[in-house]
This record gives sequence, C-alpha cells and structure tokens, in this order.
Amino acid sequence: MTTAPPSITSSRPPADQVGAIAWLRKNLFNSWFNSLLTVILGLLLVRSLYGFLSWATTTAKWAVIPANLPLFFVGRYPVAQYWRIWVIISLLAVLSGLSWGILSRNMAKLFDRNILIAFGIAAAIAVLAPTPVPFRILLVGVLGLVLASSWMGRIVGRRMPQLGQWLSLGWGLSLLVVWWLIAGGIGLPGVKTNDWGGLLLTMFMSVSSILLCFPLGILLALGRQSSLPALRWISITFIEVIRGVPLITLLFVGAYMVPLFLPPGIRFNQLLLAVISLTLFSAAYLAENVRGGLQSVPRGQTEAANALGLNSVLATILIVLPQALKVSIPTIVGQFISLVQDTTLVGLLGAFEMLGISRSVLANPAFIGRYAEVYLFIGAIYWILCYAMSLGSRRLEKQLNTTH
Amino acid sequence: MTPSSSGEKIPFWRDDRYVRIAVQAIVVLILIVIFGFFSGNMSRNLQQQGRQFNFSFLLQGAGFNIGETIIPYETNSPYYWAFVVSLVNTLRLIFVGFIATTVIGVVAGIASFSNNWLLRKLNLIYVEVVRNTPLLLQLYVWYFAIFFGFSDKGNIAQLPGSVLVSKKGIVIPWSNGSPIAWVSVAMLLIGAIAAFFIWRRRIKLMEEQGASGQREFIALVSLGVVGLLLFLFGLGWEFPKIAASGNVEGGLRMSLEYGSMLAGLAFYTGAFIAEIVRAGIQSVSKGQWEAAKALGLQPASSMRLVVFPQAMRVIIPSLSSQYMNLAKNSSLALAIGYPDIFATSQTSLNQTGRAVEVILLIMAVYLTISLVISVIMNLLNQTVQFRER
Repeated sequence: MTTAPPSITSSRPPADQVGAIAWLRKNLFNSWFNSLLTVILGLLLVRSLYGFLSWATTTAKWAVIPANLPLFFVGRYPVAQYWRIWVIISLLAVLSGLSWGILSRNMAKLFDRNILIAFGIAAAIAVLAPTPVPFRILLVGVLGLVLASSWMGRIVGRRMPQLGQWLSLGWGLSLLVVWWLIAGGIGLPGVKTNDWGGLLLTMFMSVSSILLCFPLGILLALGRQSSLPALRWISITFIEVIRGVPLITLLFVGAYMVPLFLPPGIRFNQLLLAVISLTLFSAAYLAENVRGGLQSVPRGQTEAANALGLNSVLATILIVLPQALKVSIPTIVGQFISLVQDTTLVGLLGAFEMLGISRSVLANPAFIGRYAEVYLFIGAIYWILCYAMSLGSRRLEKQLNTTH
Repeated sequence: MTPSSSGEKIPFWRDDRYVRIAVQAIVVLILIVIFGFFSGNMSRNLQQQGRQFNFSFLLQGAGFNIGETIIPYETNSPYYWAFVVSLVNTLRLIFVGFIATTVIGVVAGIASFSNNWLLRKLNLIYVEVVRNTPLLLQLYVWYFAIFFGFSDKGNIAQLPGSVLVSKKGIVIPWSNGSPIAWVSVAMLLIGAIAAFFIWRRRIKLMEEQGASGQREFIALVSLGVVGLLLFLFGLGWEFPKIAASGNVEGGLRMSLEYGSMLAGLAFYTGAFIAEIVRAGIQSVSKGQWEAAKALGLQPASSMRLVVFPQAMRVIIPSLSSQYMNLAKNSSLALAIGYPDIFATSQTSLNQTGRAVEVILLIMAVYLTISLVISVIMNLLNQTVQFRER
C-alpha cells in the first residue's frame, strides 16, 4: 500500500553560499563601496558604543534614578495613598489579562515563545528593580495576575463566547473606577491635581485626550464631508486653523485667554484646560486621518445601505464608518502616539508630567548636571509606551484585515 | 398613528429639506451664542481691568533683550520691532532646518533599501528611536546632554570636521568672506546654471539625434573639476582655531540654542521624512525596476532616472505636512531659550498682560507661515505630477 516517496537527491548548496562567511559576504561586503561603508560604519559604531559604555560605567552617576523613582512614576502623589495606584495597576492587569484570554480563546497556544520571553524579561526587571522589596513583590504579583487572568479568561471565554461583548463595558466601568481611585472623592481622601505627576499624569492626560478626541475627530471628519454647507465650513475652518498653529499656542490660549472668556470668579482647573487643548488639537489631526478613510469607502456602499432602507445617519454609523476607521487605523494610532509625546508640552506650562518632573529633579542641587542619565531613563519609558502602541496597531490591523 | 398613504403630506420633521435647514440653523445659533457669551465676558473682564482690545502696545518700547539678532535691535526698540527681529530668527531656523531635514530624510529613506545589512539596521534604529520619543525630550538631550556635555566646565571640545563646541557656541569652518570668496560664489552659481543647460542639451541631443553626448559630457566634467577647485580653494575656508587668549577665532559661530534647535528639528523631522521616502519608493511597482534593468540601467541609475521621479508624486504631498510640522515645532525654541517669535511673544505677553492680542498675533504669524509653505509645496507638486495627454 505504501508508495515509496520519489527519491529527490538534493545536493548540498555550495560551501561558499551558506554559513556565516557567506552571509557576511552577501550582506556586508558585496561590493567595494559596501565594504568601505561597512568598515566606516563599524568603526563609528564600535567607537560610539565604547564611548557610551565607558561613560555609563564610570562617569555616569545612576543614583539619580532610584532616588527619584516615585517622582518619575507618580510625582508628588501622597505616599500614604500609593495603595490606590497599586489597586489601579492590578485592576488594569486583570482586565487586560481577561481580554487577552477571551479574545484569543480560539488560538492553539496562549503563550507562544515570544510572549514568554517578554514576560521573562519583565519579571527579571521587576525582581531587579531598584525599589524597596515590597514593591518588587507587588510588581511580580501584577505579572502573575496578568498570566492567571488570561488563563481564566481563556477557560471562561470558551464556555461563554458571548462574554467578549461585555469586555468593552468592563473597560468603560474601569475608567470610572480608575478616575475615582486617582482623584479620590466618595469615601476616599481627595488628591489635588497639582499633586498628580510623572508617568501617572502623562498617562492620565494621554488616555483622557485620546478618549475625548476620538469621537470629536470623527464628528469633524463627517462634518467636513457633509453636504450641509454650514457644518462643512465650520469643520473646515476649525480643522485648518488648528492644524496651522503649533500646539503650544493652543495651550497658551487655554492658560491665558480662556480665563478672560469666562464670567468673573469662575476659574477652570489648569489640568482640565490642558486636556481640552490637547483634545481639540489632536481632534483636528484625527479628523484629517478619518477623512482619508472616509474617502476610501466606495460610494456604492452608501447607496447599497440606502437601498436596504437605512437612513443616512444609520448608513454612516453602521456601514461607512467601520470601513473608514479600519482603513485609517495606522494613521489614527500614529496620531495617538504623537498625542502621548505632545503631553510633554504641558510641562512647559508648569505641569509635573514625566518631563516636567524630571526638570524639577534636575534642579535639585544633589543631582545637578545629571541630564544624560535622567533623559535616557524617561526616554526609554516614552519609547516603550509609543513602541507598544505601534506594535498594537500592527496587530489590530492584521486581525481586522479581511482582504484576501 | 395612521399609516401614511401616498397622498398624505410628510410631517415637516421628516422632510429632508426642512431638516437640513433646521440642523444648520441650530448649529450656527449655538456657535453664535457661545461666541457671544465669550466675547461678552471678555469685554466685561477687560473693562474691569481698565483695558481695551487694541494693538497700540506694539508701538511702545519693548524693554527686553533678545539674545541673538541678525538685524539691529536695541532694548528700547518698540514691540513690533522685537516681533520682526524674532520672526527673522524663526525663519532662519526654519529655512536651514528644511534643507538639513530634507537631506537627512532622503538619505535615511534611501538607506533603508541598501543591501548593506549594517546600514539598514542603523537606519532602522535611528528612525524607531527618534519617532517614538517626544521632540521636546530630544531637544533637551541635544541642548543639555550633548552640547552642554561637550562644553563641560568651560572647556572647548573639538569634534571631527574641525567643529569646536564651547559654552559660547558651536563654530564650524566657513568662508572668510573676502572679495575673492564672493567672486568664487558668483562663478560657482554661473557654472551651476551653465551645467544645468548643458545637461539638458545633452539629454535632448541624445534623445532626438541619437548623439553620443561625449562632447557635452567632457564639458560637464571639466565644469565639475573647475567647480570643485573653486569650492576647495576659492572660497577661502577658515578653520576655527583656539587662539592664545583661549577664545575661538575664525569660522561661523552658531549659538548652542540655535545649534540644538537645528539638530533636534532636523533629525526629528528627518526620521518622518525617511518613512515617507521609503513608502514613496515602495509604492513604485516592481515592474519599473525590472523594466529599467531590462533597458540596461545600473541600480543607481534606475533609482535616479526611473523610480525616484515616480516616487516623488507620492512623497511631495506628505512632505509638505512634515515641513509645516517643522515650522510649527520650531516654537519649542521657547523651552531651551532660543529667541524665536514664540519666546518673544511670551515675554511680551507677560510684560503687557495683553494675552488676547499677542496670542492672536502669533496665531496669525504661524497660519501665514503654514499657508506659504503649503502654497509653495502645491506649486512644486504640480511640476512632478503626471502630465497626461
């Protein structure tokens, strides 16, 4: 019964086409110009790496980082209330673990090699972090929480597939809880916005501006495409004026002009004004990104929706927008990334977000001149944040991709 | 609730004609109410402070110093002159920034197609690091960590290419500005124009008459040699030196603030331009490369003659928004103390308290700059688009 497979006699590739030397020859030394380039770049690289390493191990004084770690992460948030931050982190860990488990319930393996490596690195960092021992234990605990809840989410998600629809509700509710935990209020001692700082404030401003600017940007994009002239011209004027001026002027409008616009005696919170400025600014950019997506949806889609009896509002919400948003995911996430980076400008107006707090750390006589160490550290945090967002966008794009 | 028959009139709230007008009227009304509320409050607030909305303060003496100026400025010059002087500073930064960032971006964009592994990886690291960290942080790094780090403790640091960095600024080699140097510059310009026309003539002759183009080629090469000699020896290059007094002499001095702003803006925008250039080149279909190869063109010539001109059509529109971003981001000069228009307006705002006037003025300035960039880029865009028959 068994047929012998046709014997394919494959000869081994010639020795000079495989192996390290062949790779080197193919990728680094394939012409005299490339060889020269490789040598020059290699020398420069070795030189600067050597310079950096010798600086990092001898001249640099890294003590500034562990000594100010709480400042970089939560600013002047009262120490007695740190437990609230830990509760928030655990809540988010459980939620993201659950979402991950439920959304990938049909995958063969929950933890593939790359994810396990990432967790390993994160655990190593958590164990070696220069913080008091209880914090390290908490950090490892949070990692464990993510793993455990993703496993749970997978099991529960397989039993009740309809659970996926409740995830967004969970996230929405968690926002309220997080807000309550940060700011205090009902049953908790309040913490003034002036005491929020560091990464906490950066994240707060980024997340709230992203959440607010998303619907506003979509409305503006629809307004710009609208057949109603008044709406169209208002949207165009708003978008073009905002896109024509730097963000810092808008922040100045919020800080200096808005108080003049309000009735005497009413003063807005500075943080609120900054978030509004950030929101309006990125909404104008987002509107242009969404408009690109809207233009890519063929007219036939609207006409088909109308033919099925949907009115223009429903046709836009149910048919056109989902397709338009899917197309513009990369540019929208790009806009969110620059929004995260733009929160640094609020520091120029005196807020203690991560870059602002680093300025006050550097003004401390004990740490004067330690610019490179501090900027490397917070630069790494920003980089991780932004890079994670762009990775997430690529994954989302892949998942939603329905073309063949 | 009777089912509507064809003879029945549609209620007006379902009639599209009424709804369209009503929606617009409501939106406009809301806007008018909001604006009315704001401007009413503003005039009341200004009245309380005993002020009026006008721009007469621009004629008063400014009374503050501007760190770097190209055109003459004194402490008691009027405000409007302070704005002009600092606007020139902004334009100086933006203009040089455009050139630098274009060079960096195009080189980095093309480098991502190199078959040299090391170059590709270094390029990737550059783009990913710069795009994923805030510009303001990068400006701080350039200013505080790099330039101030080099010139630590009053020393003068010598960088490759005879660039000297000290607390007083960055000094690069520059022409000594003698009459001979100016003559050389003029000759270089004339030579460049002549070379351009010879090159066009060569292409035309080769295309229309099948000429070898040898004569023109020789002319071009000799022009190039003369140009190179003029460039090397005619310009009177002056290399900065540390004089006996401990000061730096010769060369062109830029302030540390200007240098940091220029480097920060050029490298930041350059990374975005690199991505645009990469996407533009990728958008040219592979068949174009293969066709060019089939015609016997070398890879470099295929890139220059076939692929890049087509990529330009995709690149230019996005490039325009990057240039606008660079112009707008130049307002971050405020953070490291380069006296650009934004820094001056902040000082004026604090001194006069005229927030509304100053902010409107600065918005008008940036809107104008953005408009000019977009008009120029649109003109440029028209020249590279397909000329279809």
